[in-house]
Amino acid sequence: MSSIPALELIALKKRYKNGVEALKGINLTVQAGDFYALLGPNGAGKSTTIGIISSLVTKTSGQVKIFGYDLDNDIVAAKRQLGLVPQEFNFNPFETVLQIVANQGGYYGLPRKLALQRAEKYLRILDLWDKRNSRARMLSGGMKRRLMIARALIHEPKLLILDEPTAGVDIEIRRSMWNFLQQINRQGITIILTTHYLEEAEMLCRHIGIIQHGELIRNTSMRNLLANSQSETIILDYIPMSTPIHLDGYDFSEVEPGSMEIKIDSQNNLNDLFHLLNEKQIKVISIRTKTSRLEELFVDILRHDDTVETKKGNIDE
Amino acid sequence: MNSLYWIALKSIWRKEVTRFLRIWIQTLLPPVITMSLYFIIFGNLIGSRVGDMGGFSYMAFIVPGLIMMSVITNSYTNVCSSFFSAKFQHNIEELLVAPVPTHIIILGYVGGGVARGICTGILVTIISMLFVRYEVHSWFFVVCTLLLTSILFSLAGLLNAVFAKSFDDISIVPTFVLTPLTYLGGVFYSLTLLPTFWQWVSKFNPIVYMINGFRYGFLGITDVSLLMTFSILILFLVGLYLIVWRLIESGRGLRS
Repeated sequence: MSSIPALELIALKKRYKNGVEALKGINLTVQAGDFYALLGPNGAGKSTTIGIISSLVTKTSGQVKIFGYDLDNDIVAAKRQLGLVPQEFNFNPFETVLQIVANQGGYYGLPRKLALQRAEKYLRILDLWDKRNSRARMLSGGMKRRLMIARALIHEPKLLILDEPTAGVDIEIRRSMWNFLQQINRQGITIILTTHYLEEAEMLCRHIGIIQHGELIRNTSMRNLLANSQSETIILDYIPMSTPIHLDGYDFSEVEPGSMEIKIDSQNNLNDLFHLLNEKQIKVISIRTKTSRLEELFVDILRHDDTVETKKGNIDE
Repeated sequence: MNSLYWIALKSIWRKEVTRFLRIWIQTLLPPVITMSLYFIIFGNLIGSRVGDMGGFSYMAFIVPGLIMMSVITNSYTNVCSSFFSAKFQHNIEELLVAPVPTHIIILGYVGGGVARGICTGILVTIISMLFVRYEVHSWFFVVCTLLLTSILFSLAGLLNAVFAKSFDDISIVPTFVLTPLTYLGGVFYSLTLLPTFWQWVSKFNPIVYMINGFRYGFLGITDVSLLMTFSILILFLVGLYLIVWRLIESGRGLRS
């Protein structure tokens, strides 16, 4: 794998004309071959960051390098390394699927014959070849997402940025898209993903960055981040009891008769919990986690960041 | 690098031509019908009572102006509506993320506008041949004025599209500026018919020079100096190109 980082953002700032400071000097390095999740609440600065990297937003100051190519000084080489799958559908709905993908190849300098060959390759992989002569507006939501992925891959970029690629698609298509993204990542394409499905980020990504109020408040490996998980909420379904339940030492609440949420943290463990449940003669029917660990961590981090002044020092890597 | 730019230019041009050919009922058919009506009503019915103008039948006199009118309108409208739609639907981002320089974006869209302008020009010329017989005085002037005017109004359409924020904005200029200037540009009359003051005023209308240059190519007659015609064309071309380039390069209406 190349030692040149796939992406370097150096002191990246963006202040919009209305005075909003969307990015306050972000520094970020994504290594080649990584599968990186860029997370943050709405309005945190994720889309602005992606917009600057993909030349759709003008930066106020700072530097962007894609595989070592400076986006200001070596724009053609830098842009050739990058493929973008935006959040919103941004193709001409009246053009056919094949036209959209092949034309995009042309914008990257692919001769028509090669562009058509590549278009066929990616449309087949993404199961859209049968729809090649359909107008884009006639496609389903999932197909439109896949069309944008095919279009982003037509020039075979080394870095693929996907801005919420699975928003609004059903679980079956989402899983097939996960498989596809994992497959192309294994083939060497660096992927940066933004998503609101934290389960998706947890499952796919090796590193994670969290943006809040225009600053990168976490940049670490998924493993490190999850290792810091302080607690997890589980849901227990049990046979309802006539007497009130008391579980000393546990933060719990009855959601409804026969179902309770219990927070498990570093002070207690599941063995102790089940021992106590046995003592209280509570018969458990089923057990499941309320949310993914990453989701709980994410909420905790954002809440903490809102109350404590963020310092650069809390960035792990 | 040049190969990249050349392929990108061809891709934009192909996309633009495919677009107006796909919707030919909206793009190519209307000017043919409108100009046919002009030929029938102004040329045939009314024109036969007007008599000669500049030594030619009225029908022959208005043919160059009508061809030029359709070229101007179609070049302008094609680029304006296509570029604005690309902005509106955000598919202009396909070009902005790719390594396509502003010059290539401009040339690609202008190339599409010129293609539609020339297509409609040829169709209107064929229709006119059903009504009147004429010989071309100078192919050089015909081709030069046609191409330069088509490029100029494609650039003007692009400028309109860059500024436009709604579909209303792309119809205001054609309705309230382009149409009056074209009708008052000497399509249907010779400037010599106007009182001296209005002849002087008309010479501030750049379309007068384009129509007269084109008419000279067809019939060998003109109300204005040909040097002035080409000076005006070049001046507007260079000015509009620089303005459009500056606006797109700075991301006006395209990048936040």
